[in-house]
Amino acid sequence: MEKALYTILSNELIADKTYRMRLQGPTGALKRAGQFVDVAIDGFFLRRPLAAQEWDPESLAVIYKVVGQGTEVMSAMQPGQVLELLCGLGNGFDAGACRQSALIACGGLGASPVFSLAKELIAQGKKVCVVMGFNTDADAVLVDDFKAMGADVHLATLDGSLGIKGFVTDAIKAVQPEFDYFYTCGPAPMMKAVCASLEGPGEASLEERMGCGCGICYGCTCHTASGPRRVCADGPVFKKEDIIW
Amino acid sequence: MVTEVNLCGVTLKNPVIPASGTFGFGLEMAGEYDLNVLGGISLKGSTLEPRFGNECPRIAETPDGMLNSVGLQNPGVYALVEEKIPQLRKIFGGAVIANISGFSLEEYVKSCSIADKCEGVDILEVNVSCPNVHGGGMAFGTSACAAAEVTAAVKALCHKPVFIKLSPNVTDIVAIAKACEEAGADGLTLVNTLLGMRIDINRRVPILANRYGGFSGRAIFPIALRMVNQVKRACKIPIMGCGGVASASDVIEMMMAGATAVQVGAENLRNPYASKEIVEELPVLMQKLGIENINEIIGVA
Repeated sequence: MEKALYTILSNELIADKTYRMRLQGPTGALKRAGQFVDVAIDGFFLRRPLAAQEWDPESLAVIYKVVGQGTEVMSAMQPGQVLELLCGLGNGFDAGACRQSALIACGGLGASPVFSLAKELIAQGKKVCVVMGFNTDADAVLVDDFKAMGADVHLATLDGSLGIKGFVTDAIKAVQPEFDYFYTCGPAPMMKAVCASLEGPGEASLEERMGCGCGICYGCTCHTASGPRRVCADGPVFKKEDIIW
Repeated sequence: MVTEVNLCGVTLKNPVIPASGTFGFGLEMAGEYDLNVLGGISLKGSTLEPRFGNECPRIAETPDGMLNSVGLQNPGVYALVEEKIPQLRKIFGGAVIANISGFSLEEYVKSCSIADKCEGVDILEVNVSCPNVHGGGMAFGTSACAAAEVTAAVKALCHKPVFIKLSPNVTDIVAIAKACEEAGADGLTLVNTLLGMRIDINRRVPILANRYGGFSGRAIFPIALRMVNQVKRACKIPIMGCGGVASASDVIEMMMAGATAVQVGAENLRNPYASKEIVEELPVLMQKLGIENINEIIGVA
């Protein structure tokens, strides 16, 4: 974990009420895809936990949707503004668990934390199939970016405006991708359905209202097969067999 | 310049202590900085048996504060004394405060005597003020009679200094503080969280799964300060001041109100380095205010 000041490089609307913010600052604490940062916003007591979508040695990007007052304030922020972040939180995905081919199933902004994972897997020479679900095409994010990195991308929307009409699990059934390990991130009901419908090993990135974001307050504890675990520090990524939905 | 304070014979290099429930068992932050800068650590509240606590959401935000309804998640007092404290002792030489909660008089006594026998423990902090558990916790701390009964029972068996952590959710905190003092308490921790609530107006349901939760953070500082001062003026035993402390200036103010040591709580959750930063800030502020020995300001206001 590292606490540091970051300068906003850009803060752009990329989908309906959805922004991508690039921040300049130290990223050494980010070790694995699926880790997150905790953003301090003036006027709000707690930080906002957001997955690191991608990063290089000098900057990182987060994607967020305006869902409350904190993200509303964030959406009005301008390049040059300075934010304090806790960086490098959580365990992240285990890219090594996949031997040859991975299925990444994501819903909504769940596309953000798995973005660097897909890049990493492809860099390791593994085949990556990404099945993305959104409510409607106005919500779609990162679709072209996943395609550009060489992933095999399939889409589902609830209203059929992009890809097949239905859920991520419907698209997976239609595509029948080959994989030896799966990764999933998105709304809990979606991840539950993905974990229930897929045989074979995989992992999911859970979400919970957090206090500290770094494991000291025990405010985000979930039940797992191996006992109580903190989503922020023991997770957010848990093995399929450990998760109690 | 002297920042050292003394709590019932236990010397702290400075008065700054992360409050129970906001700093885990200390071990969670061990990789982040040298914990030995801290005067002491009040460990996560422990009960006789392991507890999961309440269901999530357990956290809600408020203007200038937060609510929690963790509900005493802990691995039990045996894991505390056999695993957590020995591990912490390998890296931490400051005061270790074991925070104990319970659901019956017998449970308080048993857990406290187990913690009392643990070599690594310097002070027992008896939590009779947790608002997040049913049939225990706060029920003991909102009645002068019950608080005194717990105090006397624990004191009868324990040899280490016993601090009673009191609830602010009472009409007359002085009466309860005095009852604890008369029952033999060596000190008091003032105050635990205030019972609060938030509602999700879109979904029309309480944000916390447990409905209500403990309100803490900067917003409660004036209330905590007032209660510390009221009790200081009525009791002789030392006080650990707690509630909304977020800066060295708050530490000084809390000590002027009457605290001998000061606990930093919710601020650790917005900034896990807060306690360390306050320790660093303290001598600078003391110099600015012309305070040579921090003990000279205890209860001056």
